[in-house]
Amino acid sequence: MSIDLSQFFEVFFEESLEGLDVMESELLNLTPGDVDNETINTIFRAAHSIKGGSGTFGFTHVSDFTHVLETLLDQIREGSRELAAEHVNLLLQSVDCLREMLGDLQNNQETDLTTATQLKEKFEAILAGESQPASTPVATNSSSDNPPVEHGALDTYEVIFKPQHHLFKTGNEPIYLIEELAELGQLDVTANLDDVPDIHNLAADECFLTWCFYLETDKGEEAIKEVFEWVEDDAEITITLCGGLFGDDPIESEPEGVSEQATEEASTPTAESKSDKPAPAAKAAAKSGSTESTSIRVSIDKVDSLINMVGELVITQAMLTQLGEGEITENKLMALQEGLAQLAHNTRDLQESVMRIRMLPISFVFSRFPRLVRDTSQKLGKEVELKLLGEQTELDKTVMEKISDPMVHLVRNSLDHGLETPEQREEAGKPRVGTVTLNAFHQGGNIVIEIMDDGAGLNTQKIKQKAIQNGLISDSDDLSDDEINELIFMPGFSTADEVSDISGRGVGMDVVRRNIQSLNGSIEVTSEQGIGSTFTIRLPLTLAILDGQLVTVAQHTYIIPLISIVESLQIDLKMVNCVGGGLNVLRLRDEYIPILRLHKIFNHSGAIEDLDKGLLVIVESDNQKVGLLVDDLLAQQQVVIKSLEANYQKVEGVSGATILGDGRVSLIIDITGLIKLAGLKKAGTSELAIEPIESEEA
Amino acid sequence: MEAIANDLLESSEENQEENICQFLTFMMADEEYGVDILTVQEIRGWEEITQIPNSPSYVKGAINLRGTIVPIIDLRARFGLPQAPYSSVTVVIVVKVDLESGDKIMGLVVDAVSDVYSISESDARDVPDVTNTENTEFVHGLVNVGEKMVVLLDLKRVLSLAKEPD
Repeated sequence: MSIDLSQFFEVFFEESLEGLDVMESELLNLTPGDVDNETINTIFRAAHSIKGGSGTFGFTHVSDFTHVLETLLDQIREGSRELAAEHVNLLLQSVDCLREMLGDLQNNQETDLTTATQLKEKFEAILAGESQPASTPVATNSSSDNPPVEHGALDTYEVIFKPQHHLFKTGNEPIYLIEELAELGQLDVTANLDDVPDIHNLAADECFLTWCFYLETDKGEEAIKEVFEWVEDDAEITITLCGGLFGDDPIESEPEGVSEQATEEASTPTAESKSDKPAPAAKAAAKSGSTESTSIRVSIDKVDSLINMVGELVITQAMLTQLGEGEITENKLMALQEGLAQLAHNTRDLQESVMRIRMLPISFVFSRFPRLVRDTSQKLGKEVELKLLGEQTELDKTVMEKISDPMVHLVRNSLDHGLETPEQREEAGKPRVGTVTLNAFHQGGNIVIEIMDDGAGLNTQKIKQKAIQNGLISDSDDLSDDEINELIFMPGFSTADEVSDISGRGVGMDVVRRNIQSLNGSIEVTSEQGIGSTFTIRLPLTLAILDGQLVTVAQHTYIIPLISIVESLQIDLKMVNCVGGGLNVLRLRDEYIPILRLHKIFNHSGAIEDLDKGLLVIVESDNQKVGLLVDDLLAQQQVVIKSLEANYQKVEGVSGATILGDGRVSLIIDITGLIKLAGLKKAGTSELAIEPIESEEA
Repeated sequence: MEAIANDLLESSEENQEENICQFLTFMMADEEYGVDILTVQEIRGWEEITQIPNSPSYVKGAINLRGTIVPIIDLRARFGLPQAPYSSVTVVIVVKVDLESGDKIMGLVVDAVSDVYSISESDARDVPDVTNTENTEFVHGLVNVGEKMVVLLDLKRVLSLAKEPD
């Protein structure tokens, strides 16, 4: 059988999507009227390889679509067409469209070709707008599909294509070549059946046919060669110019029926492999559905350092083995201890390096913003400059994937609410063009991402009014500006007077905050009126490790993420009040903190029941503080987060598991889930309600 | 019962050339159960276990299997059989099953591992429709090996945690 092309699909998709990213970012660098050749070449190359690849794999609608793009780019590249702003817009839209097409292919979904067709028509209109040579060939396909790139007059070529028998095994498909050839002009095909063996010796995966083409085209010999570019090593290709001789001799005179028949025959042996194609495609796509974005490209440096470290580790291990041989003397014991210290060092280094493999520069997220800012500012009629700082700052891939949506929201907000219109800015004595800055840097074990704008800043007056209207605060509350600004993170809060299609629906900042908190991060805002506002996101570098506080409850060890712990204390019974329904609250510095008995929520027996005998760990989640009653506090340590869901299922109140030093499993408490599990809900701001805990026996 | 046994014996002779599956069998409350040997990852002794809060009673907890968190299910409890005390000879069979939610690795607590049999797939008989217990839904089929009857388990059903027994 021919080789299974589907194994290359993943690579094709990855490369094509990367190509699209390149196209997008380069397109954004283009200034109409002042075209940098290198930029245009890069875009062209990217488009060309997508076309080539999709053609090879039989994704004809992608290659057809890319073809018109490529033609336009080619004309711009050659200088025969000026780049206009509308071209850039159209090309950007096509990038989106292609991304969608590839995504659909990857997920094995039907592609909706309406957008593609519309875009293609636009391209064709642009291309057709060029003065065309009078002698436009009457091509088999629509002629506007491939507008003439001025190569001169019509010529007729005789092309003899003798593929080697193994042609199919290299993944090539003559019918596509023939189709592509037909696009160049008027094509006449004759298949040569002389080499076809009798039925017993016929192998379905071998190509026994050779073809003779007569092609009338104005594209020149190069264009023909390009068609056969992919197969030139696997076939004998002779291209001869028949010149005027044939140019005048109407090919149409040949009986039409024959040529059609020949084409049909030519495609017959390939029909089988053609019909085969969707199947592997489907399989590959189905596979990719689950593995999507699970691959990662790692720089060779990181792998090298890993290899070095493993080498070190092996040496240390050899040393320890050697020490372990024979009798243990005092001297040897010293050496052994040293060796173990060495081993600990190696292991730590190794862990760090392995973690670094998951780290990618944040430019992966940042790179989507130039486009976003461009589109959004156009829509809003604002002039915006986007500055990106600290693009090389590295961040764990999983964190990266989850942070991009909240960031998109924040950047949109800055553009919509933050920045003023050019007129307003001029009035305020600011430059017309507003600036949005994205900055990323490391601080301690965290990464900090700042989203700054030099807009009007948050309108504290307005926020306060809205908050009073919504009953979030009362008139008499004396809040500082920072506290007022915090209010924008409340659910359902929006200061936008009008709902636009960009923002102002009130589903916003609370979701952003929640998403960031789910990553164990935090977000805060500072703002100065008339100067601008800054949103600061702080995130742990990786989601795989967290700092945990080990606690015991009835002989069970649990881990509370250190980041959510406010303080731990012994309970003074005088400060404890009882609220209806058996809920204890602790008065702590003007706050009433509900006490949750961890053993009750988790259904463990044998825990300390008396409030004054246990310890209270005060934790905060979603702006709500609760105290968790535990038996004892143990050490604090970094824990590697393992999934409990992978082999089991989601457990309420537990975010994952880890393995302790002695090899035992310990569960990590999910504070938000725990509060939910305890039935503690926040009604309004100060009221608390508790529902009886559902017991297991029920 | 005898009729079925004869029936099985006959059919096994007829289908000599059929696909043969290997089953690992284990004992529980003096009954012999079998699981497809290809799903078995390893067999371990009973060890200390971390409880999972608010889990069904047959989920004993989770263990660390070389860095992977693996839930342990007590098959006796799953089938509603009387409980037996755990000891150092209690066996955990670690299996990997392809559930709807993806491949899952889980451990099954059983009384003792018994044997490995080669059984032709077609020899497996449906469970007679007289037993009115819920547990029949876990049973993939019954098969006779010599004098003994082995209950072949449908692990997918046994391990799908959505359904609780009784």
